[in-house]
Amino acid sequence: MIAEAGLAALWFAAALAALQLLLAAMGVWRSAKPALAEASMTEDLMRAVRPVAVVQGVLALVAMLLLIVLFVRSDMSVLLVAENSHSAKPLMYKIAGAWGNHEGSMLLWVTILGVAGAAVALLERGLARPTLIATLGAQAAIALGFYAFLLFSSNPFARIDPAPADGNGLNPLLQDPGLAFHPPTLYIGYVGISIAFSFAVGAMVTRDVGPAFARAMRPWVLAAWIFLTLGITAGSYWAYYELGWGGWWFWDPVENASLMPWLAATALLHSVTVLATRDGLRAWTLMLAVVAFSMSMIGTFLVRSGILTSVHAFAVDPTRGSFILALLAIYIGGALLLFALRVGTVRAGTTFDFVSREGALVANNLLLTVILGVVLIGTLYPIVAAGFGTQLSVGPPFFDKAAGPVALVLIAVMAVGPLLRWRRDSAQAAIARVTIPIAVTGVVLIVVAATTGGIALLPLLGLALSAGLAAASVAPLWKRNLRRTPLFTYGMVIAHLGIAVSLAGMASDTAFTQATLVAARVGEPQRVGPYLVTLDGVKPVIGPNWSAIEARLSARRGNDGGVFYLRPQSRFFSNPVTVTSESAIATRWDGQLYTVLGEPDAQGRWQLRLWWKPFVTLIWLGGALVALGGALSLIGRLTRGRRERGRGEAYA
Amino acid sequence: MKAKHQRLTLAALAVAAVGGSSALALSALKDQAAFFYAPGDVKKDALPLGRAVRLGGMVAGGSLHRLADGVTMQFVVTDGIARVPVAFRGIAPDLFKENSGVVAEGKFNPDGSFTASNLLAKHDEKYMPPEMKGKMHETKTLVQ
Repeated sequence: MIAEAGLAALWFAAALAALQLLLAAMGVWRSAKPALAEASMTEDLMRAVRPVAVVQGVLALVAMLLLIVLFVRSDMSVLLVAENSHSAKPLMYKIAGAWGNHEGSMLLWVTILGVAGAAVALLERGLARPTLIATLGAQAAIALGFYAFLLFSSNPFARIDPAPADGNGLNPLLQDPGLAFHPPTLYIGYVGISIAFSFAVGAMVTRDVGPAFARAMRPWVLAAWIFLTLGITAGSYWAYYELGWGGWWFWDPVENASLMPWLAATALLHSVTVLATRDGLRAWTLMLAVVAFSMSMIGTFLVRSGILTSVHAFAVDPTRGSFILALLAIYIGGALLLFALRVGTVRAGTTFDFVSREGALVANNLLLTVILGVVLIGTLYPIVAAGFGTQLSVGPPFFDKAAGPVALVLIAVMAVGPLLRWRRDSAQAAIARVTIPIAVTGVVLIVVAATTGGIALLPLLGLALSAGLAAASVAPLWKRNLRRTPLFTYGMVIAHLGIAVSLAGMASDTAFTQATLVAARVGEPQRVGPYLVTLDGVKPVIGPNWSAIEARLSARRGNDGGVFYLRPQSRFFSNPVTVTSESAIATRWDGQLYTVLGEPDAQGRWQLRLWWKPFVTLIWLGGALVALGGALSLIGRLTRGRRERGRGEAYA
Repeated sequence: MKAKHQRLTLAALAVAAVGGSSALALSALKDQAAFFYAPGDVKKDALPLGRAVRLGGMVAGGSLHRLADGVTMQFVVTDGIARVPVAFRGIAPDLFKENSGVVAEGKFNPDGSFTASNLLAKHDEKYMPPEMKGKMHETKTLVQ
């Protein structure tokens, strides 16, 4: 019954999305032709859209909760549960397992979209009524495609008869707290971008592109961007410790699929600020909203369709793949078409000088676009090449070489931008303001180059620029009354500082990581970086749904440091039958000692892989700072917006 | 600057950015894309020396052995047409075994053998959820 109820909720939600689209379209059409409209009827149409959006969101949420119930109860008569779950799985992975598969994760996507739509309908007060209605209509149109995809080609509630005795289980690599956190965060980010896009569509349809629209859109862009940042950071750390390869970014298509929307959202975030506060970059901001949405769609669909792993023979259902491509074409094509039709009606905004805050933000947008283009081409190239019969893969050497230098230029622009004035600034005064950061960069460059001897150019520049960026990031607070500085200024400072911190971590890890690979005898000390690591012994251990071989390693820093223990494992799962390595990591203030256990050999030796990674933790600390900065900005904008509205009402 | 001129400048800059990124990406792809070879291709093509490539095929039965250092292994990759000896230093993926598929990332040596820096093996034959796309549905080991 539960599965049928879930399916019914999904159908009703889809029907309401269709109704929402219809009502919104009629309302907008009538209000655009005032001669024809009876005012009260238009009013009624518009008033109906909001509750429909709310109920649609609630129904989608009900469907998702019912699917989770099915997973928790291990109802093996449901195909999805039988294929992806197992009764012996810990409860947390039964719940998170509901979205650890294709159908469930698409349902999660739609649920977040529906709930976010309900939130827009309930909370948004700053927009003109017709624009809001058009926005909700655009959202319904996006949701409809996903409902159709779920109901016609990925039904999560399909039954299986006869029901198997137990399920296939969840892949052990996914049985990790990361699964509970990472996909929902990323999806909230993707969906948030689609909402920002809906705002852009709403504004284009009602020809209402201006600061008011930008101020309404900004919190959604900001929120989406915060979640994308968190999702990428968490995903990076998850891959780092779970996969046991010692790397934190592999330029894997799935990672790129999350990076591309983030790049576009970062550009959008900065240009929407120009539109909201200076009424400039109107068409530009709309275009970025379209691009960001396209990237989040491409991201979702590339990950979901499995097109990108053709080399490794991943079974893709061809009907599903073409469904996805058709949706992708309709959405992106439609968005571009609407932009092309309406861009002429968007009047030019306020102008600005080349040397100005706006100028720096345009440079930021352009550089982000270049990086985005490089990542997109690199990610899609293998598909295109496969179409021409050539099998190839594009990996880290390409992305490092093509995107790395552009990213460093972007860092430089990022350091200067916040120190420029809006509208126009004098180049001389601007240079005077950046002398300290430039000096810091130069000193770090010389000191690092002199003391470390022969580290590669890219990490060397990365270290120097991160120091300069850190100095420049806090400069906007210089000589200011710190108590009266608005919260969103702190947000910007912390977010930019976060990038500097993260960059320093990446450069340090790239330049200074030390690795040892040995076949170790028990009791024989191995050196890695400043540590001596000794294999004390190996013993079997038992977990809730796995058994493992666990090594005990004692590690000591130098000759007089205290001894501490690390316990890397090799785990055996029976459902499904899989072996995974569980790395053991010791975190110190200045880096991480990362250990992986390999195989034994005939002479009783065990393969050990040891890394000392100086300051690698800064990478994720920086990511968290960036998200924190975003959150402070968001809170600052929201509270200020409320205060201003309150004042406006008081005067009225 | 007039508003109209500024608009045109911005549009031109945007087009230049897109064009620039495409040019940059395509030029870098020319020397950085790693082509995929089966042992049979190696015989008929000239060896792509000094380039990172991928070699895919089956690990020939009875060919896998470990050297005395305990961390270097040698095996033969075959596709039924030709055989390529491969050397790999590192911890092999969990499902890497004889008579099973493997993709080796690395470079060819002048004598026709292959030095692998990474091995990719299928993680699990029967079970592959969409989450396991790309990196996640392979097990991989890395070597500096």
